[in-house]
Amino acid sequence: MAREATKATEPNNLTIDGQTVPFKAGQTIMDAALAARIYIPHLCHYPGLKPAGNCRLCVVEANGKSVAACITPAQPGQQVCSDTSELNAARLAITQMLFVEGNHICPSCEKSGNCRLQAMGYYLGMLEEHFHQFNPRREIDASHPTVLLDRDRCILCDLCVRASRDVDKKNVFAIAGRGIHARLIVNTASGKLGDSNIEADDLAANICPVGAILIRERSFDSPIGERIYDRLSISDTAMTEHVPDKGKDHD
Amino acid sequence: MTDDQSSTNTATGTRRIAIDPVTRIEGHGKITLLLDNDNHIQEARLHIVEFRGFEKFIQGRPYWEVPFFVQRLCGICPVSHQLAAAKAVDQLAGIDQLTPTATKLRRLLHFGQILQSHALHFFHLSSPDFLFGFGSDPMRRNIVGVLEKHPDIAMQGIKLRKYGQQIIEAITGKRVHGTGTLPGGMNRPLSQTWRDALLADIEQILQWSENTLRLNEQIHTEHPEHADFATFRSNYLSLVDDAGALEFYHGGLRACDPGGAPIFDQQNYCDYRQLLREEVRAWSYMKFPYLQQLGNEQGWYRVGPLARVNNCDAITTPLAEAARKRFKAFGGEGPVHNTLAYHWARMIEVLHCAESIQCLLHDPEITGADLTVEKGDRRQQGIGVIEAPRGTLFHDYTVNDEGIITKANLIVSTTSNNQAMNESIRSVANQYLDGHEITEALLNHLEVAVRAYDPCLSCATHALGKMPLQVELIDAEGKLVHRLVKNSDGQYSKMDK
Repeated sequence: MAREATKATEPNNLTIDGQTVPFKAGQTIMDAALAARIYIPHLCHYPGLKPAGNCRLCVVEANGKSVAACITPAQPGQQVCSDTSELNAARLAITQMLFVEGNHICPSCEKSGNCRLQAMGYYLGMLEEHFHQFNPRREIDASHPTVLLDRDRCILCDLCVRASRDVDKKNVFAIAGRGIHARLIVNTASGKLGDSNIEADDLAANICPVGAILIRERSFDSPIGERIYDRLSISDTAMTEHVPDKGKDHD
Repeated sequence: MTDDQSSTNTATGTRRIAIDPVTRIEGHGKITLLLDNDNHIQEARLHIVEFRGFEKFIQGRPYWEVPFFVQRLCGICPVSHQLAAAKAVDQLAGIDQLTPTATKLRRLLHFGQILQSHALHFFHLSSPDFLFGFGSDPMRRNIVGVLEKHPDIAMQGIKLRKYGQQIIEAITGKRVHGTGTLPGGMNRPLSQTWRDALLADIEQILQWSENTLRLNEQIHTEHPEHADFATFRSNYLSLVDDAGALEFYHGGLRACDPGGAPIFDQQNYCDYRQLLREEVRAWSYMKFPYLQQLGNEQGWYRVGPLARVNNCDAITTPLAEAARKRFKAFGGEGPVHNTLAYHWARMIEVLHCAESIQCLLHDPEITGADLTVEKGDRRQQGIGVIEAPRGTLFHDYTVNDEGIITKANLIVSTTSNNQAMNESIRSVANQYLDGHEITEALLNHLEVAVRAYDPCLSCATHALGKMPLQVELIDAEGKLVHRLVKNSDGQYSKMDK
């Protein structure tokens, strides 16, 4: 999307849900919102990584037009509506669809309590999945000694792809196929994670918002009550997220 | 007799009576009574109508996930499944010895689990039968009725259960389906705050446990008619410790015959497949385990409180040991075969749990911070066995080189009591069925017999007498002769054809 040039030195403002929000040249609506500590729900966006506009949870009304906040440039005088019943209803439906498209078994998932998809469900007041379960048959890849790839939980956010390509400089992951056939693949001849050069302290091994990419056998090290979303809402943690210098889990 | 239900009804001239579902047990069950042409009970079948499939769908999952996956088998005894799986996972991670603190935390957790499960069963599910009588008004014969008529007893039961749940919460973070175990240890220490809070109530818990035990002793000593109710001789299986004492968490397998003589003793539970076999029958999703050396006809056995208290040579805590001696004196020579004595034995175990909890809470190591040990070389198979509230529980997992589960075998406690429950049903039905009409008394007494075992049929759901109960009398041609329905409001209605 083309970005309108705005002079960095000029104070620019837009409004989000009626609140005046300053922004700098080159910032997106999401950037401006986060800088002003306004939460716009999102799963595939992570400050420090190039935005991709995949999950569509951050869709807002900007001057009456539906746009993804993470990839839409902020504009002077822009009127943005985000926290509306209509948009939150759409976000709830998207989150429900993400749940039913995969196999998200929260009760036994070791990411439970640290999972951003689960936290999003709580944030949006999701009480049930609403849609019929797809129950897809997906392959688990346990071939790597320290990193596990469990495709059952993948929501195709693309964060691992961007982290591995742009930060780790290893290009371990890719999204293959389109639409409902899209799937996370490993860029090795065998397609196995064990044949890749991913390491446990790579950003790509730690940035997964769900439990699709995990460090093996850490299991349930974090006791209940001490997990991230036992104490905080996803709207809180989003304010402090940023890619670290060396890939460690953001949390 | 064939295992095929329809051919049983027609080819052998038997009639079928079905009780569906059975109430105030953990899960949904259905009883079928097969009558011969002389209206004698030819066979009794407790059908398990749910299919769970855990053994199959944990295949393909990482081994370290298993304790938290399989604990979802049950909402009453998830800790038992978590601990049995955790012991198996320790082996898969190449670990044979935990730190003293981790071992004590797991034991404390297990005592809390047994305490709350036993309290739930007696007070919420079974006490109405004994306090009001087996044939009393079903509208009143439930925990609400106990609260109204015997509020002190009911509140003791509720608070006993609450205490056990608090122990579970202190260690796993939640009262139901928490976490806690890790390969080789535990994930957090017991805080001083929790330890002090639990200690503050333990004297009261001990007193209530003694009161409950005394009530159960009276129930049996003052009602000699209970001795013959659903009673039969059987083998017994349980864990015992190195000295032969009562043991819930870790020990050797001991099986005794109906006379109390050992069939085997101090057997390593990892060799359970050489000791036990499981028979599949077409009419039930629940298998029929038996002692291999005695065969399927003679080798079936009972597990649970009655088996444990019968099998052990002693109990390591003084009050429970004194209670065990009174129990043995009541039974005379050999094991106590009285099926309703399950309740008595259960309350002896409640007292043992309370005493053991007190002892562990005073142990300085219980609040230690040394919770895990280093993993060793991964192994291909892990077998964890514990004494769950309802009896010996087996978890057996095989993994591949990548740590993925390839095979699982679970023998849950209620499965081991499968044949015994059928025997109890047949015994009671022969006593209370006249062959012409299904009576409320028959329904009530059959349920009391099954309830003694505290069966957890689905390991997930339970009901407080609210489920409808239906009994049908069907003749040899499959024609409905008579039907009695207990509605969800507890009222009976008859429908004759």
